[in-house]
Amino acid sequence: MKRIWPVLAALSILGVGLLLTGVMENRYVYFAAYVILQYIVLATAWNILGGYTGYVNFGTPAFFALGAYTATFLMLACKAPFPVLLLAGGLSSGLLGLGLGYLTLRLKGVFFSIATLALTVVLQTLIINWEFVGGAKGISIIRPATILFFSSYSKFLFMVMLCLAIGAVAAARWVEHSWIGKGLTAIRDNEEAAECMGVPTLKLKILATTLSGCLMGLAGVPFPWHVTLIEPGSAFNLDYAVNSLAMPMIGGTTTWLGPLVGAVLLGAAQQVATVTISSELNLLIVGGVLVAFVILAPEGLVGLVRRLVKREHA
Amino acid sequence: MVRKGTGGMHVWALVGALLGALMLAIALAPVSQAASPLRIGFGMALTGGLAANGKAALLAMEIWRDEVNKNGGLLGRPVEFVYYDDQTKPASVPGIYTKLLDIDKVDFVVSGYGTNLIAPVMPIVIERNLVLMGLFGLANNEKFNYPYYFQIGPNGPEPAKEFSKAFFELAAAQNPKLRTVALTGADAEFPHSALTGARENLKQAGLEVVYDRTYPPTTTDFTPIVRAIKATNPDVVFVASYPPDSVGMVLAAHEVGLQPKLFGGGMVGLQFATFQTKLGPKLNGLVNYDFWVPEPTLNFPGINEFLKKYQAQAEKQGVDPLGHYLPPWAYAMMQVLGQAIEGAKSADQKAVGEYLRAQAFDTIVGKVKFGSNGEWDKPRVLLVQYQNIQGTDLGQFAGPGKRVVLLPAVWKSGSLIYPYAEALK
Amino acid sequence: MFSFDLLANAVVAGILLGGFYAAVSLGISVTFGLLDVANIAHPVFIIAGAYAVYAVHTAFALDPILAGLLFTPLFYGLGVVIYRIYYVSFERAGEQSLRGLVFFFGLLFIAEVSLILAYGVDYRMIEAPYIGRSVSIGPIGISLRLGVPCVVGLLLTLALHLFLAKTFYGKAIMAVSQDSLALRLMGANPIQIKTIAFGLGMATASLAGALLIVIVPIEPSMGREYIGRVFAITVLGGMGSIGGTLAAALILGVAESLTSTFSGPSWALAVSFGILLLALAVRPSGLFGR
Repeated sequence: MKRIWPVLAALSILGVGLLLTGVMENRYVYFAAYVILQYIVLATAWNILGGYTGYVNFGTPAFFALGAYTATFLMLACKAPFPVLLLAGGLSSGLLGLGLGYLTLRLKGVFFSIATLALTVVLQTLIINWEFVGGAKGISIIRPATILFFSSYSKFLFMVMLCLAIGAVAAARWVEHSWIGKGLTAIRDNEEAAECMGVPTLKLKILATTLSGCLMGLAGVPFPWHVTLIEPGSAFNLDYAVNSLAMPMIGGTTTWLGPLVGAVLLGAAQQVATVTISSELNLLIVGGVLVAFVILAPEGLVGLVRRLVKREHA
Repeated sequence: MVRKGTGGMHVWALVGALLGALMLAIALAPVSQAASPLRIGFGMALTGGLAANGKAALLAMEIWRDEVNKNGGLLGRPVEFVYYDDQTKPASVPGIYTKLLDIDKVDFVVSGYGTNLIAPVMPIVIERNLVLMGLFGLANNEKFNYPYYFQIGPNGPEPAKEFSKAFFELAAAQNPKLRTVALTGADAEFPHSALTGARENLKQAGLEVVYDRTYPPTTTDFTPIVRAIKATNPDVVFVASYPPDSVGMVLAAHEVGLQPKLFGGGMVGLQFATFQTKLGPKLNGLVNYDFWVPEPTLNFPGINEFLKKYQAQAEKQGVDPLGHYLPPWAYAMMQVLGQAIEGAKSADQKAVGEYLRAQAFDTIVGKVKFGSNGEWDKPRVLLVQYQNIQGTDLGQFAGPGKRVVLLPAVWKSGSLIYPYAEALK
Repeated sequence: MFSFDLLANAVVAGILLGGFYAAVSLGISVTFGLLDVANIAHPVFIIAGAYAVYAVHTAFALDPILAGLLFTPLFYGLGVVIYRIYYVSFERAGEQSLRGLVFFFGLLFIAEVSLILAYGVDYRMIEAPYIGRSVSIGPIGISLRLGVPCVVGLLLTLALHLFLAKTFYGKAIMAVSQDSLALRLMGANPIQIKTIAFGLGMATASLAGALLIVIVPIEPSMGREYIGRVFAITVLGGMGSIGGTLAAALILGVAESLTSTFSGPSWALAVSFGILLLALAVRPSGLFGR
C-alpha cells in the first residue's frame, strides 16, 4: 500500500491537470500555475544538492538558461520535436553539472559556491556572443496556436511543466529514501567522518550535482515558449538563483516536501503580488520573508509542522 | 516510522488544499464589474532597468487620462487604467496580460516600454485579435506582420537602419571625404540592433570599418576601449549605448582625448536631464539621435502645455525633470488610441484597428500616420548636435539652441559644427 | 593594432581599476576571508555608501572621498548590529553557513528595495574637480577619475593591513580566524573580536561607495554585478590575506583591461572569471591563502 500511494497521487494530479485544461479557459491560471510549477522543479532540483548535501549552488540561472538555449538552438537548427528538446536540455545541463562537480567538488563547499557564480557569468558571456541564438538582442519565438489536443499552447506548456514537477519531486523522493540519500545526509552532517566511514563522497556529490543540473535544465526548456522571447537578461535572471534558494529554505531542506511547500507558497505569493501591489514591495516581501524564516524557522515549514504533529501525537 | 508517514500525509493534504484553494481563488477572484468605465490595461516597467523611463511614461499617460476624463471621457465613458509592474522582466509579461484580459477584463491593452517587454504581448493579442499600441519597440512586428499593431516611435518601416541612416548621410556629405569608422556599443538589445543597421548604412557612405567591438553593459572603465579606438585613428566614431555606458564613453573620450571628425551615433541616455546636467559642456559636438527636442521647428500644438504639466509633477515622482525623451511619446500614444476610439465611434477592436490603419492623427509630437507593418509611414528620427552648452545648469536644456536638429532637412534648425573638435572650443 | 603604447596604457588602466576593485573587495576579504561569514549583501552596502555620499555631496558640496570617510563610523556601527543579529541567530546555534547565506541574501533585497524607495531608479552622478581630467606621464595617460580612487583604494588596503598586522585588535582578529578556542584560552573574547572585524569590513563599504560614485553613475541594483567579482577576488587572493586580495584585484583589473583593449571588451568579464575557475582548479587556496 505504501508503495502504491505515491504513484496514485501522481496519476491523480496529472488527471486533475488534464481535466482542468479541458474545462478552464481562463489563460491567466495557466501562466501563473506554469511559473509556480517551474519553481517547484527548480527548488526541488536545488535542494537535492543544497539541502541533502549541504553544497550551496548560486548558479541556478546557468543551468536553467542552458536548458532554454539548448532547446532554442535545436529548434532553430533542425526544428526538433519537443521530447527531443527536453532530452537535449536535460542532458546538456546535466553534463554541465557533471563537469562543474568534477572540477570543484574536491574542494571546500564555499569554493563550489563561488565557482557557480563564476560559471553563470562565463556562460552568459558566451551566450551573448552567440549570434545564432540571438546574442544580446534575443530572439522572438513563435508559438503554434494549438498543439496535440490542447486548445491553446499555454495549456500544453502547463501540462509539460506539471509532468516535470511530478518527475522532479518523484526523483527527489527516490533519492532521499535510497542509499544515495543516506550517503548525502552523511556528507551534509560531517563530510570527513563520512569519508572515513567509507562513503564514496566525491561520487555521490557529483551524482547530486548532475541530477540537480539536469532537472534545472529541464525546467528551462519550455521557457522560451512561455515568454515567446529568449534573451540572456531574462534567462539568466538573478530571480532564479534567489528563489531556488529561498523556497527550500522556507519549506524545509531535509525532505522532498520542503521545496514543494516553499515553491507553492512563495511562488504563489509572488504571482499574487505581481498583479496586486506595487512591486518594489514585491522584492521587499522576498527579502523579509527570507530573513524571517531563516531566523525564526530554520527548519522551514515542514520542520515546524513536524514538530507540531509530534507534540500532538506524543 | 508510522508517525513520520502520518505527519507527512497531513502536510501533503495541507499542501494540496492550499494549491487548490489558491488556484480557485485566482480564477474566481471577484472583479469590479463596472460596466461604465473604459478600462485600458498594461504592464509598465516601474522597477528594474527601464524603470526610469517607465515611470516617466506612466506619469505622461496619467496626465492624458486625467485630461480626457475632464473632457467627458471616451465615448462618454470615464477612462480607467489597470496596470501592473512588469519589473523589466519579459517573463512576467504573459501572466500580467492574461490577467488583464481574462480576469480584469479590460477593454483595451497597450504595451509596456521597450522591445523585450512588448515581444511577449504579441502572441497574446494576435490570438485574440486585439489592437496593441507599442511604446518604443524595435521591429516587434517583423515576424508576425500583425495588422493591428501600432508603434508610436518614429522609427519607420526599417527601424534598425533608421537610427544611423542620418548619421552616415551626414558623414557622406562631408568634404574632404571621410574614410574610416569605428563602431562600438553595449551587448544589449537596442545597441545590437542599431549597430546591425549601422554596418549597412556605412557602406553607402563608403567608409571602412577599422574597429568593431562591443562591450558588456556592466563595464566599469571605458578608457581601454576608447584608447583602442583612438589607436585606429578613425575619422568617424559611432557608439550605440545605454545610459550608464553612454556617460562612461563620453567621460573616457574626454580623458583620453578622442577627437574624430564626427562623433556620436545612437547613444541612449544623453537625452536624459540627469546626464545632461552632469556632463554639461562635455556633450558639445556630439551628433546623436533624438526623437523630440525643444527647437522652434518642432513646436507642435500642445507639446508645451503637456511639458508644463509633466514638469510640475516630475520632481515629486522622482522622474526625469524635463521629460523630453519618452513622456511626450507615451502621451501621444494614448492620444492616438483615444482619437481612434472616438473616430471609430466604438470600442470594438476591429473597428478601432481599421481606423488606426487608415487615418492620420494630430498629436503633441506632430502628425502620426502608420504604415503597413504598424511602424510610422515616414520615419522621423532626428539627428541632433549638442552645441554651445555652458556649465551644468538644467534650464539651458529646457529651451532651443543646445540640441540643434541637423536632419531630416524639413526639421532642420541649425548647422553642423564640423569637425567635432571645433564644437569643443 | 598592437603597439607598446597601447599595451602600457592598458596595463596602467588595469592597475588603476584593480586598485578600485581592491577597495570594493576588502570588506569581503575581512568578513569572508577571515571570519568565514559569506556576506553577499556587502555590495549593496557599498551602493548604499555611494548614495550616502551622493546625498551629502548634493546638500553640502562636500568632496566625495571626504564624505565617504565621514560615514565610516556609521557603517561600522551598522556592521556591528548586523553581526550581532547574525551571531545570535546562526553562529551560536552552530548552524551551517547555509542559513547565514540566506540571511544575507534577504538582507541584500531589503537594502536594495529601501534604496529604490528612497532614491528611485534613476542614475545618479556627482562632479568633482578631478573627474574628467587626466595627467600624462610620457605616453601613459592616467585619468584622475580612476587614478584618485585607485590611490585611495591602495591606501585603504595598506591601512587595513597595518591594522591587522600591528595593532592588538588586528592581531586578535587574525588569531580568531585561525583558532578561536586558543584565543579564548588567552583571555580575549572571540565574539567581541569577530564583531569588531565584521564592523570593520562593513566600514570599508562607505569609502568604497565613494570611490564607486566617482567612477560611474550609480543606481540601486548595481550591487548584483559586483557580488561575483568581489568573492572571486577574495578567493583568488587567498582567504585571510589582505595582500592577496590586492594582488588578485590587480590581476583581475589588468586582465579585464588587456582583454578589453586587444580582444574585445565582451570577453573581459568572462576572462576574469575564467581565471578564477582556473585558479580554483589548480591552486584552490588562492595566491596567498592560509
